[in-house]
Amino acid sequence: MTAASPKLDEGALAYLEQTDAVRQRFKRIKERDVVLEVRKLHKTFETPQGATEALRDINFKVHRREFICVIGPSGCGKSTLIRILAGLERHSSGEVLLDDKPVTGPGRDLGMVFQGYSLFPWLTVKRNIMFGPQMSGQSTGTAESLARTWIDLVGLTQFADAYPHQLSGGMRQRVAIARALVNQPRILLMDEPFGALDAQTRSRMQSHLLDIWKNIDLTILFITHDLDEAIYLADRILVLKPHPGEVQELIEVPVPRPRAPAQFGSPEFRAVKARLEALIHPPHELDSAEDTVAFANMIRFTDVADDVE
Amino acid sequence: MMKFVIPLGRRAAPSRRALLTLCSFLIPILIWCLFSYVPFIWHPKVMVSDPGGVDYFNPGTLVDKDEFEDQAGQMKAQGLAVPRGHPANPVYLPAPHVVAKAFVVAFSTAPQTRDGVWLHESLWHSIQIIFWGFVLSSLVGVPLGVLTGTYVTLARLSEPFIEFFRYLPAPAFGALAVAVLGIYDGPKIAIIVIGTFFQQVLVVANTTRKLDPTIVEAARTLGTRGRLITKVVVPAILPDLYRDQRILLGWAWTYLIVAELIGTSSGITWYITQQARYQHFENVYAAIIIIGMIGFGSDLGFERLGRKLFPWHVAQGDKR
Repeated sequence: MTAASPKLDEGALAYLEQTDAVRQRFKRIKERDVVLEVRKLHKTFETPQGATEALRDINFKVHRREFICVIGPSGCGKSTLIRILAGLERHSSGEVLLDDKPVTGPGRDLGMVFQGYSLFPWLTVKRNIMFGPQMSGQSTGTAESLARTWIDLVGLTQFADAYPHQLSGGMRQRVAIARALVNQPRILLMDEPFGALDAQTRSRMQSHLLDIWKNIDLTILFITHDLDEAIYLADRILVLKPHPGEVQELIEVPVPRPRAPAQFGSPEFRAVKARLEALIHPPHELDSAEDTVAFANMIRFTDVADDVE
Repeated sequence: MMKFVIPLGRRAAPSRRALLTLCSFLIPILIWCLFSYVPFIWHPKVMVSDPGGVDYFNPGTLVDKDEFEDQAGQMKAQGLAVPRGHPANPVYLPAPHVVAKAFVVAFSTAPQTRDGVWLHESLWHSIQIIFWGFVLSSLVGVPLGVLTGTYVTLARLSEPFIEFFRYLPAPAFGALAVAVLGIYDGPKIAIIVIGTFFQQVLVVANTTRKLDPTIVEAARTLGTRGRLITKVVVPAILPDLYRDQRILLGWAWTYLIVAELIGTSSGITWYITQQARYQHFENVYAAIIIIGMIGFGSDLGFERLGRKLFPWHVAQGDKR
């Protein structure tokens, strides 16, 4: 602590400091195969007002068993990016390579967990998870035993025959994760999967996801707008800036693994958070534009004299 | 604010809800009773019980109140016997108990006229017409609707013409249907089909379009390719499709009366027109009420069945 404090005080570059163990880890990660590679990716939307550039010159690589978070303010195109990676949307130019082969459309290799509830409401938990294996032509028996394994793994054994509407938000996302993972995808794409959950459930889901990730051969690309979530989960954080969406920085998170919620207060964690805050919420933008204007002209809807403030 | 008000209304205690349902039927019946049984409400006619000196009055004649009083005044002036009678409603408004009796009589006595049919025979014929019209329409209309709702190209290709055709009143095709299909049940079923089909395609297509795209995308990321419609789209919209069919069946009933007038008049319509011709309005009311009961009752039954068929759909409201 005594040795670290002066370095932290030096300012904004503290997040680049890595312990030897962390540096070794990143070295090992980079030696692994590249699962997903994005090269010079551009995306332009045609709108009635003309072409809008959503993504500009995105380049990055995801290595096997790496956990990458993509973070950025709203409108930075993170959802567009993940939809392109999943093959749900076409890109305008550039390349998306999965195991060196271009992605041409959605499929079993590109697992996806959506932000909203994407479970099939007419199927029970078990049948939701069986859906992927059945689609790939596996027998009902095989699909069922696979589903059982995954239901146990996400801790929903008792809810195997429940319908999605009978589950809480956290449980539904567990099913969604299991449903994607049963296909053994090369990469799991997660589009703000815990965005709709309350704080407690969210932190439990984060730990749970890390547990799953640790125990199986899984590469994850995770989109979030929650800085803590990104730092807690990720090996590397891809920071996007808006209008158009561009890579601002690819941060190597120096917080050692295994991660625990206790690390939220650690110097490394705070250093990364300070850096992310500086990138995503630059101080000069905070006071400007719509936020303040709306409140300055606030109409008073009450006539009573006993002011609350 | 809406969120607050609507669930409150929905979650009314079951007993209270049953009471309100009962009242929604009791109130119109009560109004009918008031008009029928309270002599000083409406009653524009007088039913003659004793003609007195008026030569064209007979016991049981219905005359206008003014005319009756006019005649009564004249008889008084001439020193003849004054006619007597009591306030009554026109023949086209029978009292509830008369209709209730007609209801029982219609099912329990043989038809009075030589070419008459039993009420239940008429009804059964009508139900068959509706059934076949609706089934034929659905066999093509539902699949076409689902496809139209799924594929934009097909929608662009089919919907403009269907929109155009839907504005053509189905009865306008009556003469044509008779020319093509003869005078018996063929043209009647055809009218039900024409009246239902075009609405059906559009309604089903709209329901299909309302499907949350995330569901389809999730299926695609799980490796679904060719069987998207049968494995995902149809199961996902099935409860809404079922509800659409219930509503459309109601619309099919509204075409029934017109359809049955085409060619040789038949079914419940024939019964109604026949009874009206002989001024048996209590039978007419009984028949109309039966149509209502069949329609309402079957819809209630379908609703119950729907809840059984789609247990996962009941709590959809809590989803968000």
